[in-house]
Amino acid sequence: MKKILSLFLLVWLIAFSLLYVTKTIESSKGYGGANTLTIYNWGDYIDPALIKKFEKETGFKVIYQTFDSNEAMMTKIAQGGTTFDVAVPSEYAISKMKEEGLLLPIDHSKIPNLRYIDKRFLDLSFDPGNEYSIPYFWGTVGIVYNRALLGGKEITSWNDLWDPSFKNQILLVDGAREIMGMALNSLHYSLNDTNKTHLQQAKQKLDALTPNVKAIVGDEIKMLLANEEAAIGIVWSGDAAEMMWENERLDYVIPKEGTNLWFDNMVIPKTAKNIEGAHQFINFMLDPKNAAQNAEYVGYSTPNKKALEYLPKEMVEDERFYPSEQLASKLEVYENLGKNMLAYYNELFLQFKMHRK
Amino acid sequence: MRRYAYAIPYWLWIGLFVVAPIILIIYYSFFDIEGHFSLVNYQTFFTPVYLRMTVNSFWYAFLITACSLLIAYPTAYLLTKTKHKQLWLLLIILPTWVNLLLKAYAFLGLFGTYGAVNALFETIGIGTKQLLFTDFSFVFVSVYIFIPFMILPIFNALEKLNPSLIDASRDLGASEWTTFRRVIFPLTLDGVKAGCQAVFIPSLSLFMLTRLIAGNRVITLGTAVEQHFLVTQNWGMGATIAVFLMIAMAGIMALTGNRKWGVRQ
Amino acid sequence: MKVSRLYLAFVFFVLYMPIFYLIYYSFNSGGTMHHFESFTLDWYKDVFADTRLLIIVLHTMIIALLSSSLATIIGVLGAIAIYYAKHRWKQTLLTLNNVLIVSPDVMIGASFLILFTIAGIRLGFTSVLLSHIAFSIPIVVLMILPKLQEMSPTLIDAARDLGANEWNVLTKVILPYITPGIFAGFFMALTYSLDDFAVTFFVTGNGFSTLSVEIYSRARQGISLSVNALSTLLFLFTLVLVVVYYVITQRASVKGGQE
Repeated sequence: MKKILSLFLLVWLIAFSLLYVTKTIESSKGYGGANTLTIYNWGDYIDPALIKKFEKETGFKVIYQTFDSNEAMMTKIAQGGTTFDVAVPSEYAISKMKEEGLLLPIDHSKIPNLRYIDKRFLDLSFDPGNEYSIPYFWGTVGIVYNRALLGGKEITSWNDLWDPSFKNQILLVDGAREIMGMALNSLHYSLNDTNKTHLQQAKQKLDALTPNVKAIVGDEIKMLLANEEAAIGIVWSGDAAEMMWENERLDYVIPKEGTNLWFDNMVIPKTAKNIEGAHQFINFMLDPKNAAQNAEYVGYSTPNKKALEYLPKEMVEDERFYPSEQLASKLEVYENLGKNMLAYYNELFLQFKMHRK
Repeated sequence: MRRYAYAIPYWLWIGLFVVAPIILIIYYSFFDIEGHFSLVNYQTFFTPVYLRMTVNSFWYAFLITACSLLIAYPTAYLLTKTKHKQLWLLLIILPTWVNLLLKAYAFLGLFGTYGAVNALFETIGIGTKQLLFTDFSFVFVSVYIFIPFMILPIFNALEKLNPSLIDASRDLGASEWTTFRRVIFPLTLDGVKAGCQAVFIPSLSLFMLTRLIAGNRVITLGTAVEQHFLVTQNWGMGATIAVFLMIAMAGIMALTGNRKWGVRQ
Repeated sequence: MKVSRLYLAFVFFVLYMPIFYLIYYSFNSGGTMHHFESFTLDWYKDVFADTRLLIIVLHTMIIALLSSSLATIIGVLGAIAIYYAKHRWKQTLLTLNNVLIVSPDVMIGASFLILFTIAGIRLGFTSVLLSHIAFSIPIVVLMILPKLQEMSPTLIDAARDLGANEWNVLTKVILPYITPGIFAGFFMALTYSLDDFAVTFFVTGNGFSTLSVEIYSRARQGISLSVNALSTLLFLFTLVLVVVYYVITQRASVKGGQE
């Protein structure tokens, strides 16, 4: 009995002194006050130096929280119970959140820097007039491959991946829309196709790819490809840029059949408490110099036209990451296909995952 | 009734965190993706895709449990023979306090084509093998994660064992093997059962490792639940799978259950 | 005996292999867990410069200590209640007890999230603490029950016959007997709490975070070696703690034996 009591007393003593220490540190750093701004973003999707700069300029304290999928983020916001002042969902999630009334309209008069954004990225179908969202980054889905490991073979199209000599060489990202989209594109269908025969065809085409697929993975794909664990990967453009910094033998290609063009935009969720701060933050991120700094850190393409002037020339002129308008016209944006269709895509993708070599 | 009053916090816990979520999950399992009441999720569960997934999950859970037991039993037995056995036992548990994701990343490095294990294989002369994204690495890492939960109950059961029983068996001329088979193992069966439950049941619903270590070449029911809750947002289907997981758990508990209870009371 | 030593050594080697791997690369100036370039302590400096990370570590420890101790108390009461329960209720109670162990974490997280929303509890410290207590209770019960079963019922009857009231029976007979189980339960609860990612991920909010959630969100960029450095420090800290704890209890029991 004495033993148990002393254990608990010790545990509580430690716990409460730790609690005290935490509170002291937090209050000395100014967290927890009304002056905070909570940002809900993808992991490592902003240059931390910019957050510090923003705090210094405006006096707000920024809490940076992260999510790993649009769906997890939407669940959190829909359930309430927590404050997020700014979030950064992808385009199809924005249209869904709009439908469900999870977003607050953005006051454009408070975002003068909006004029720097390239017109191409404004007024898109998922948010006409940018009533609820402001562009943050954009990019494509494409193929990363290791020239040296493939003995100098070139890859230019999705269909090249079915080459039998690539046995056990391909890593795929774990995303139903991305992989089904790839198969649909390789069959010259739209990646928003809802025709079930087409989708079945795409699934069968994927099954034929199984011998070449080594694994279907998440964010580890960057590390695995940079370490030459496999020669080919289906990835998002920004991840490709990162890998290529690490391993010079890698190259990125936008497949000639066309692929997905995606956008991540900043929004103000309905749970926001600091709406004024949220507008200031969005405006701050659109400042050309800040946008350029962020793009250099994150590696994705910035929609900020003026920011391009502050970026290294070889980066901006790289057609792989800043495709020309002509090339971009071949790319498609994901549409919100509705719950049922999305479930069907996921079901087929699940069946593909279960398909054994 | 007064005798049960002291356990009010526990009853509250059962009510709020066990019964309420179960009701919630059963309730959700009757709604399709559009939010209409239907039995479609149960129909879907009995399609070949999900049945195969169920068989897969059970098969891998069985493999993981069997391997854990095979390695854990001798380990627990040898631990009871060491001098500072409590310390060694604590040291078995200690690695579980290091973040799972970090350990998984370490295994990615160790098992990689250019990793430490393959370098070792190369020097021994076996040559480089693909270890990552295979059944082997998946079972290995899962066993690695779960083995402390198998060792602990077996260790405790062995500790309880009355040494005079073993001496008696030896005195009666039984060989080491016979003593083990006829005396030690049967008497530690409760610990083995507890360990098997502690490993088998969570193995059924493993998820993160199926992607990190098995590269989605292994799909378990847990993976599917995660998908339905987080990606498809088909909570109804996720809940339906969860209902079957709960039924499976109750079944396993009943099978390996403590039949002695009745005798004791 | 030689073979058995070798076997144990091998088991320990495998158990600690990934941890030593993490520790080794925490000194790598190269920045990744591949290709060791040269020795550096920069990652350790990073850890101490990163206040947010330190706060998260403190949060993690506070949650682990509070949740596991509270879960242990509730678990002890629960185990005793199950022990006393009538036979036909026992299996039902046990099954209910184990539901949270078998349920996939994601589902527990999602259902707790809905629960907290209904109850109007703000996501953050309280919701995370409550969830951790909730999923730790069953394992505590499972650790204590075998000890109770082992205890002969005549012990309690004897105590009652000698005029002990319920409270005395509990503190003088039952608790001392199941102390090892209580300790084991506490350590298991601690383990579960430190390890949990999925449930916390769902029920956290308003700037509150635990280490595993933070590591998961940092993993997108390929885990920074400062996380390795932090884990090394925590690992060494717990290692020292375990050894010190062992030496103290060892001394205490030696003394106890002499008296």
